[in-house]
Amino acid sequence: MTLRKSVEVLTGNYAVAYGVKLARAEIIAAYPITPQTSIVEKLSEFIENGEMEAEYIRVESEHSAMAACIGAASAGARAFTATSSHGLLYMAEMVFWAGYSRLPIVMAVVTRTLAPPWNIWSEHTDIFSLRDAGWIIFMCEDNQEVLDTVIQAYKIAEDPRVQLPVMLGLDAFTLSHVASPVELPSQEEVDSFLPPPGATPRSFTMDVEHPISHSSIVDPDTTFQFRYLMKEAMEEAKEVIREVDKAYSRLTGRRYGGLAEEYRCSDAELILVVAGAAAGDAKEAADMLREEGIKAGVLKIRALRPFPVEEARRVASSVKALLTFDREYSFGSGGVIAHEVKASLYGFHKQPLVDSYIVGLGGSEITSRHFMEAARRSLEKVERGILKPGEVWLLPPEVKLGGVPW
Amino acid sequence: MVKLRDLPERELLLPGHAACPGCPMALSLKILLKVLGPKTILVIPACCASVIQGFYPTSSINVPVLNIAFAASAAAASGLSRALRFKGRDDIHVVAWAGDGGTADIGLAAISGAAERNEDMIYVCYDNEAYMNTGIQRSGATPYGAWTTTTVTGKTEHKKDVPMILEAHKIPYIATACISYPLDFAEKVKRAASMKGFRYIHLLAPCPPGWRFPAHLTIRVGQLAVQTGMWALYEVVNGKFQLSPISRALLDKSKRKPVEEYLNLQGRFAKLSKAEIEEIQRYVDEQWRRYAILQRLSETM
Repeated sequence: MTLRKSVEVLTGNYAVAYGVKLARAEIIAAYPITPQTSIVEKLSEFIENGEMEAEYIRVESEHSAMAACIGAASAGARAFTATSSHGLLYMAEMVFWAGYSRLPIVMAVVTRTLAPPWNIWSEHTDIFSLRDAGWIIFMCEDNQEVLDTVIQAYKIAEDPRVQLPVMLGLDAFTLSHVASPVELPSQEEVDSFLPPPGATPRSFTMDVEHPISHSSIVDPDTTFQFRYLMKEAMEEAKEVIREVDKAYSRLTGRRYGGLAEEYRCSDAELILVVAGAAAGDAKEAADMLREEGIKAGVLKIRALRPFPVEEARRVASSVKALLTFDREYSFGSGGVIAHEVKASLYGFHKQPLVDSYIVGLGGSEITSRHFMEAARRSLEKVERGILKPGEVWLLPPEVKLGGVPW
Repeated sequence: MVKLRDLPERELLLPGHAACPGCPMALSLKILLKVLGPKTILVIPACCASVIQGFYPTSSINVPVLNIAFAASAAAASGLSRALRFKGRDDIHVVAWAGDGGTADIGLAAISGAAERNEDMIYVCYDNEAYMNTGIQRSGATPYGAWTTTTVTGKTEHKKDVPMILEAHKIPYIATACISYPLDFAEKVKRAASMKGFRYIHLLAPCPPGWRFPAHLTIRVGQLAVQTGMWALYEVVNGKFQLSPISRALLDKSKRKPVEEYLNLQGRFAKLSKAEIEEIQRYVDEQWRRYAILQRLSETM
């Protein structure tokens, strides 16, 4: 069973599967959807080979996948599922049920465009659309972070101060199907970090010795109080996420900044705010912009929920502009990260320009050029004294600017 | 045969629950829990049973209950059952307890999935033949001609035959029951509990407000459902179809009462035309020809 620390070349999907195995998940309930399939195939293989001691429930839909995870977690088991796009929305009712039940389930979401038209490439609208379901939501930049986040996710979800489910997003194909070297911690290392399943008390357990009726009818005032407790737990989760990130770095040497990673932000005049795999391109763009004399940095949003409000304020305090990059869109409103960042800064003493850029919808490619073009444009705005926030769609095939002119 | 004195005195459905007077579901849940005992976990989707438990923090059900979304009982029970078995708890009965809407309609895919996987649970559908909890709307299990608030001139299709859909899944145990025959139901719960895998019990539950009859007639209406042949009591044990003794005696058409005797007691059938009543009688007789064939087929097995 033990696995020594080693470096393997893994796709993002296999990184998820190895993470789930190292985390000793006990019940996997999943339904296949492109491009999530190789996660559940690998887990099925681990279990059938006897490499992993767990039960795999081959359910008939994503709705049932999450329902089965809820049933399993209610019995005290460590449960896992993975899905994508339409599958996530099909299970949406149960995603809320899991969140409101305060069950520490972990789910990987391979972010994929929603149809119509049919499109299997990456977009973040699927996972971002469930941001109000009471789940902690992580977005990953690379396959190493995917593996590490799965292991951290159980530690965070099961923390008695939190007791909330965690989902982690990885971009379709860019991460899910591209292999890169991933350092695997040994089973002993993970066991020293993550308590065995069932060791941490749950918010409730189905126990015949202590019968309770869970989720029966609750009056409005008590329901309101339950929601308040969830809000408090989500606030607590911020500190827990930071603590867990630190503890994990002591184990592996790898740190992700907790809720958000600040890359070359300390002396930056302009910061690119981005979530997901494109964060790597944004960092590359920041390096190249610095060669041009533009002091750029990157704020990588690692946790969409709870949102890194304090981190956004900290980096905003010393810059001329924050540029948000959204690979999803709320029609009639705007990019979600743009809104979150603006909401974080409202009433804060420093108010830099916040420009919103819409990128990579439908899986359209995002390159460092997108970030550089946006940076030059927003900086020019600042230099001309225009501080009115704008929204620009960086449309392919050539990076064309679309949307509201400033 | 289970006798009344075999059932324990201890009640696991406690007094003070919120069921309507004459409710067949409360009665059957009480019997189910007497047979299965305290090592039982119920999984209950949206239905009358999610309401009658009472308001948090009180509960009238003295075993653990996992309430779950409408379509999800069979799937949630799958997860619960697998997790318990994984932890070595083979001694706990996992029971999904759902209405006909949550079984025949919105939950059917999840039930089919759990049955096909042969998940270790007992699934009981208490069938009151409409969405009673939301105010008497038509379900797939509503019979032909019945008034509901969404079929005000009477339903134009016959009842969906869920036990036979389950039969196609080749699960170890299927039974039909009716609350008017409580010991037959208790016997079937006991037999189900002695087996492993996916076990399905479909229980006819005459609903006074929904079917429009006085609350003291629940048992009488259920008896007539069986005596007219509108509802047949049978088991399918490891693929072998077996009419239960009460219904086996009705294979001869002359032994069955005319369907009017059942229909006339209920307001939901008050506006049936003569032709509609004849259609119901024709349908019932056709069902019984099938039961006769299935019974003979089993005797050759």
